[in-house]
Formats: sequence, C-alpha cells, structure tokens
Amino acid sequence: MATETHGEAEAGLVFHPMDQFQVTSLFGADKVEWFTITNVTLWMGLTVLAIVFLMVFGARGRALIPTRSQSIAELAYGFIYKMVEDVTGKDGVVFFPYIMTLFMFIVVANFLGLLPMAFTTTSHIAVTAVMAMAVFLAVTILGFVKNGFGFLSVFWISSAPLILRPILALIEVISYFVRPVSHSIRLAGNMMAGHAVIKVFAAFAPLVLISTGIGLVVTPLSILAITAIYALEVLVAFIQAYVFAILTCVYLRDALHPHH
Amino acid sequence: MANQTEDVGQAAVETAKVGMPQLDFSTFSNQIFWLVVTLFVIYFILSRIALPRIGEALADRAGTISNDLAEAEELKQRALEAEKAYEKALADARAEAQSINVAMRAEIQAQLDVELAKADAQISARTAEAAVALAKIRSTAMVSVKDVAKATAKEIVAVMGGKADAKTVTSAVNLRMKG
Repeated sequence: MATETHGEAEAGLVFHPMDQFQVTSLFGADKVEWFTITNVTLWMGLTVLAIVFLMVFGARGRALIPTRSQSIAELAYGFIYKMVEDVTGKDGVVFFPYIMTLFMFIVVANFLGLLPMAFTTTSHIAVTAVMAMAVFLAVTILGFVKNGFGFLSVFWISSAPLILRPILALIEVISYFVRPVSHSIRLAGNMMAGHAVIKVFAAFAPLVLISTGIGLVVTPLSILAITAIYALEVLVAFIQAYVFAILTCVYLRDALHPHH
Repeated sequence: MANQTEDVGQAAVETAKVGMPQLDFSTFSNQIFWLVVTLFVIYFILSRIALPRIGEALADRAGTISNDLAEAEELKQRALEAEKAYEKALADARAEAQSINVAMRAEIQAQLDVELAKADAQISARTAEAAVALAKIRSTAMVSVKDVAKATAKEIVAVMGGKADAKTVTSAVNLRMKG
C-alpha cells in the first residue's frame, strides 16, 4: 500500500484505493522506462531476498532435527514436491524447480504485499499474465514435443458419446485458450480487490476526526473490518499461490498425459 | 518499446491517477523486465543451491529414520529370541527336575525294598532260632517232667507203704504220658 502522493489537503474523506498499485520510479526519473528502478524492482528484490533468507540461510544447517526456519523451508519443499508428484505423476517431477520458482515468488510477493506501505507486485496483470503465458506456452510446446499431434487428443474426449465429441472438442479448445486469461486474472484480481477494499475501509477510519457523532460508530467498525479483511487476505495470499501452482501442475499433466 | 509507448504512456499516466494503474501500459515493459529478472534469479538460487540442499536433508532424515526403524525391529527380534531361549531353559530345567525327582524316588524305593527284605529275612531267621530253642526247651522239660513224675510216683508209693518197683513205675508213667 504505497504512500499517498496526493498533496491536496482535503477536509473530507480521501478515497484513493488504487494509488497503492501505482508504479513509480524510485530515484526521481520522470518517465518509467523498461530498465528504470521502480517500486516494482524494490519489492521484487525484497521477494528474492526473502526467498534467499528462507530457503538458503534458513535451510543452511541441514540438521537432522530441523530448526524452525529449516522446517518452514522443508515444509514448502515437501508441499510443492508432493503436489507435483500427485498431480502430474512421476515424470512431472523434473519440472518441480520451475513450479517451485513460481510458487515461492507468488507466495512471498503476496505476503510481502500485506505489509503496510508495501507494493504488491502480484496485483498487476502485467506480472501475472507473463507468468500465465509462460506456463501456457511451455505446456503447449511440451505437449507437442512429447506427444506430437497426439497432443490434440486432449480435446477429443473419447469417453463421451461420439455425437457429442465435436461439440465437446470445440468447448475444450475454447477453454484451453482461456486458461492463461483466467490463470492470470484470478491471481491479480484477488490481490487487487483485497488490498483495495482494505484501503477503502482505511479511508473511512478517520471519520471520527471530521464528524464526532457518526464517527464514533463508523471508526471502530471500519477498524474492525480492516482487521477482518486483513485476516482473510493472509489466507488469500497463500491460497492464490497454491491455486496458481496446482493449476500449473494440472496443465502440465495434460501436456504429459493428453489421453483422458 | 519504450519510445513506442511514450506518448500513450504519458496519457495513460494521467488517466491512471483516477483509473486502474494495472491498465497503465506504459509501466508494463518495466514490470515485465524486472519480473523476468526476478524469476531467473529465484530459479537459479532454488535449483542450484536451495532445492538440492533441502532435498538432501530430507533424504538424509528419511534414511536415518528407516535405519533406526530397522535397527529397532532387529533389537525387538533379538529380545523375542532371548525370551524364547529363557523360556526353553526354564522348561528344560523343570523337566530335568521332574526326571531327577522320579529317579530319586525309584532309587529310594529300591533301597527301601532291599532293607525291608533283609529285615524280613532276619526276623524269620530269629523266629526259626527261637522255635528251635523253644522245642529244645520243651523236650528237656518233658524229660524233666518224666523224671519228676517217676520220683514223685515212687515217693507217693513209698508213703502209702508200698515198695516201689522201679520198672513198673517207669512203665506206668510212660503210659500215662503217652495218653
């Protein structure tokens, strides 16, 4: 949630719930070029640092009886490893590092975004769309490389009655191409909506300073609402990362085993 | 790419102040560039350093646990064997005690029988001896009785005034004794 850049000293309530998502350059450049160091750079860098801290320094000891940070690293490893193995099968395990990369990036970025004043990189469609497109392209190419044109049988549902199959094939093709869209918007939308709602409630919170009568009711209520939504957002931060990772696994399984 | 979107970007920045910053395309190249950099860095850190290390730690632990379990199983087996051996020893000892008991009893019985037989023989020998002595005593007593009877008979005859004929007295006594 970025600092308010609006200098207007308004007397009323200030609603700028979307300001927290603005990409701004950090060192005073007026224009955001592709290489400009922005708040995106800062928070992605912090994400990398947090991952290094947890997965490299935390698991440094390699102790037989793990320390707390080692336990968390091993839990994350075991969680994703088992998911990849269960969903894609034994031959999908070679893709474990890629899925782990996506999951760790998303989950850590989501949690960092929950810090006050933080910028949530995963709330931007540009970020999630790149990841979703990468998954989509990788899975499609992999499917054709592994199965040749047999990969197209993923659209031909052989368990359905013959008459229905062409119709189902059409639906399957459409849903296949919608995958990256839903995959990316689900994550960005969830992150953006939660943070924006918190910001809206935060705008209501100082009402007691403006009008004491109504503020006595609204201010405690909005603070309570912020707390409740924050708790929900903590849940969402993890669940969305999990959903993104497991959907990637499901798509990967389709590429490896296109025959239903 | 930046030059291309420059003008559009400037306009979008204006609208983004009120709209969604997510749809401000002027910042897309920046975000995508840094995202790609970030993902590559995370991938290299994870695949080169973190994941092999954690995987190794997990495998070590799984190995240690399965080794410990196998060892525990072996120890349990050994304890069971020891218990079996102990029970076997106990049963053997009991059987041996039983057989010793039986043998001892038989031996004592045999000894007892021998002693009893010996005692019986002794008793019967003594009885026979006593019977012989008794018979001798009886026969000597008979002789004495005859003598006493003869003498008494002579005396009685003499007292009655008769002359005791020795030969007659003797034959009378003998006759009476036989009867």
